[in-house]
Amino acid sequence: MSDADHTDEFEPVQVFPTTEMDLRPGADDCYKCSTCDSECPVAAVDDDFPGPKFQGPEQWRLKRKDDAEIDDSVMSCSNCMRCDSACPSGVPLSQMHNTARGSYVENGMDKLSREYIRNRILSNYGTLAWFGSKVPRLTNFLMSSSVVQTVNERVMGITSEREFPEFAQQTFREWWEERGGNATSKKRASEAREQTGRGGAEVESDEKRVAYFHGCYSNYNTPEVGKAMVRVFESFGYEVMVPPQKCSGTPMFANGMLPDARRAAETNVAELSAAIEDGADIIASCTSCSLSLRQEYPELFDLDGIEDVSAHTYEALEYLRIHEDLSGALEESEIDSRKFAYHAPCHARNQGLAGQAIELLDGIEGAEAEDVGDSCSGISGTYGWKEEKYDTSMKIGAEMFHHMEDAEPDAGMTECPTCAMQMEHGTGYEIRHPLEVMEEALVD
Amino acid sequence: MAIEDDVLVIGGGLAGASAALGAARGGASVRLVTHKENTLRNASGLIDVLGYHGSDEPIAEPFEAIPDLPDEHPYRKVGVDAVREALALFDEVVGELYEGGHTERNALSPTYGGRIKPTSRYPTSAAAGLASKEGDTLLVGFETVTAFDAPLAAERLDPSVPFEVRGVTIAFPGDLRSDARITRLARALDADELTERGRRVGTREALAERVAEHLGDAERVGFPAVLGDEEHHEVRASLGGELGVPVFEVPMGPPSLPGMRLEDGLYEALDEEGVRVESGNPVVGYTEEGGRITAVSVDRGRREIPYHADQFVLATGGLVGKGIDSSREGVFEPVFGCHVPQPAERYEWFHDEAFDDQPYARFGVAVDGGLRPLDPEGRPEFSNLRAAGAVLGGYDMAREKSGSGVSLSTGLVAGRRASEDIQ
Repeated sequence: MSDADHTDEFEPVQVFPTTEMDLRPGADDCYKCSTCDSECPVAAVDDDFPGPKFQGPEQWRLKRKDDAEIDDSVMSCSNCMRCDSACPSGVPLSQMHNTARGSYVENGMDKLSREYIRNRILSNYGTLAWFGSKVPRLTNFLMSSSVVQTVNERVMGITSEREFPEFAQQTFREWWEERGGNATSKKRASEAREQTGRGGAEVESDEKRVAYFHGCYSNYNTPEVGKAMVRVFESFGYEVMVPPQKCSGTPMFANGMLPDARRAAETNVAELSAAIEDGADIIASCTSCSLSLRQEYPELFDLDGIEDVSAHTYEALEYLRIHEDLSGALEESEIDSRKFAYHAPCHARNQGLAGQAIELLDGIEGAEAEDVGDSCSGISGTYGWKEEKYDTSMKIGAEMFHHMEDAEPDAGMTECPTCAMQMEHGTGYEIRHPLEVMEEALVD
Repeated sequence: MAIEDDVLVIGGGLAGASAALGAARGGASVRLVTHKENTLRNASGLIDVLGYHGSDEPIAEPFEAIPDLPDEHPYRKVGVDAVREALALFDEVVGELYEGGHTERNALSPTYGGRIKPTSRYPTSAAAGLASKEGDTLLVGFETVTAFDAPLAAERLDPSVPFEVRGVTIAFPGDLRSDARITRLARALDADELTERGRRVGTREALAERVAEHLGDAERVGFPAVLGDEEHHEVRASLGGELGVPVFEVPMGPPSLPGMRLEDGLYEALDEEGVRVESGNPVVGYTEEGGRITAVSVDRGRREIPYHADQFVLATGGLVGKGIDSSREGVFEPVFGCHVPQPAERYEWFHDEAFDDQPYARFGVAVDGGLRPLDPEGRPEFSNLRAAGAVLGGYDMAREKSGSGVSLSTGLVAGRRASEDIQ
């Protein structure tokens, strides 16, 4: 949005001083209809939160003056990004929130405060998980101990109400290496292609290649989701690559830790660009990861190849829907008869993917899926882990809990790992990822 | 060719929903693609068919007035029977949410600005407030809901109706922030939150107590449309019970709760009809073969995804919904580049006085009898594209008060014809 590109013509905007990231045109597009405020899940339950219209365009105007500081309420935004899809005028609200939060943390937050340290730890979950997963049994034992939970809450401000997610005995990457890495995947994909039927007829070359961005959670906590993604794609004849990667940055954006997010983005963009050069598209199984690579990266950072990464990133099922006759393949499939209560994560909505899982499940013999409504789950990644935000998080989630209980499913279902945590926490149901159901339906 | 349906409807407002229902009931597999939240939540929730034509006198019998409209008017393209059928479909779909289907005559609804508006269907929540029913009326505004100035609205209404209207402004009960959103007020009433410290009293009772002081001889009480969201029937009933007189809502501007309730009702019906709805990304382009559209492209950030279908319905809205756009060079339809008739000279787009009969208000695509957009020579732009709702030209919804009726009827016809034409 820089104005420097149009110096040959007079632009009225140039009369105003510009900052590094000039969101002024976006702020001017806001005509204060307040639709964003009425869609904000935090504002709906927290009377002290002024809402996205204030956090976005108004705060952005205010902070252009030297003596105005960013209001600390920006830390109560959970970065669900629903305001983006609510705005009829195309105001880049979440981009404004992310930059405002980054600037608040950089300039307005005491780096020795408990809140800063806690947020830094929570948003760097990948690092924490890396340590934890080295000794999963010990970590799981420690994290479930009430003593540790009490210390976490008292000292760190991490709520003791939640059950810490268990670490898998073997990470996804360990499994991948043990299985033989890219070479094995290439072999399995070409075997699938040689068989007549699915994928086979339409493939002209062996250029069907995807790079899997597994993210932290499916690596350390739910490798079964990553395995399902690999097996489903291989069954369609895709060779899967698993490039080195760091956290997508989602929790860091939500906590205003932009330098941390930038460091992670540098690695990811370099590695994923290399995969794109090798002929791969990028696939994510977590909708926040795909949203981050696709939207937040190019909005917030200026790195070589970042636009290319954005243009080549897809959510896993979205990719198959676009490139394969997925509904055709599912028509001939079957699973053990079960009913799922599906919740569409906010970050799936933002990508226009809210209806996709239900649509696909409807086509599987034995599967019944019910959408549990359009409310936010309320956990929003690290948000619901904060001791002072826990109650807000549960109030937001209440509507989803009610709908899940009304649906009386055999299991819940969602793409987002933290939404899954919240669904399980609020209702006690076991939660599956749509890819796991696809695996059951499509892979022998 | 992964994403493929019989009929693809572009646009998620009243026209798009009506088209999708029409096509689905015709037996087609239907997908509806809509960019962002639709404009229903900005709409009052009133369903107008035809309020004015050619004079300042409101029309009492809208269906009788339709044959007098000019040839290029969308109602003349679909015919008066289609308008009746579309309204009947609407009545069936929204059920108890709406009233007005018992008569072909227009009802008169008070507006939040203190005017009287002829309308065909009105939310049940507004029913007790109709100006066509007599009864002294108290309008209640809230200090923090600045869009509705009850004393001013009452002052303006009073001389134009055969009953007395008074207005009063009070504070909404409870300890809410001064700029609390109307959705927050609605939620407080939905949940009947305990509001006042030291005294266990719910929001509804506390509100009724405050209004009772001003009730006097009033036979009904009107509020801005904030009386509950999911529980609005119950909220209205309990306020009416406490006050001993019927309670109603005055439809409001955006964000509008009656509009949101209507949206919920319509989308539930789409779901029941098996329509696949996708929201969040705009349609930005298309591919064609021999005058037929083969696919449209949906913009997902930095790339475009093809959506294939046999028939397409364009229901992207007018200037406000951005289905019609303009630049300094001209007025255009952005998705398919359909021809929009307009004077070449820009100064002929408008007249000087703001409330004159403005030419630009009628800008939109011109269509044939099958609602297919026409090129400058009067030939269909594409053989399998139809248009419905505010993207159509030839009518002025703001002056005529005909927006909802045009959307519902052209949507229904476009959807039906699309399903009949599937190859």
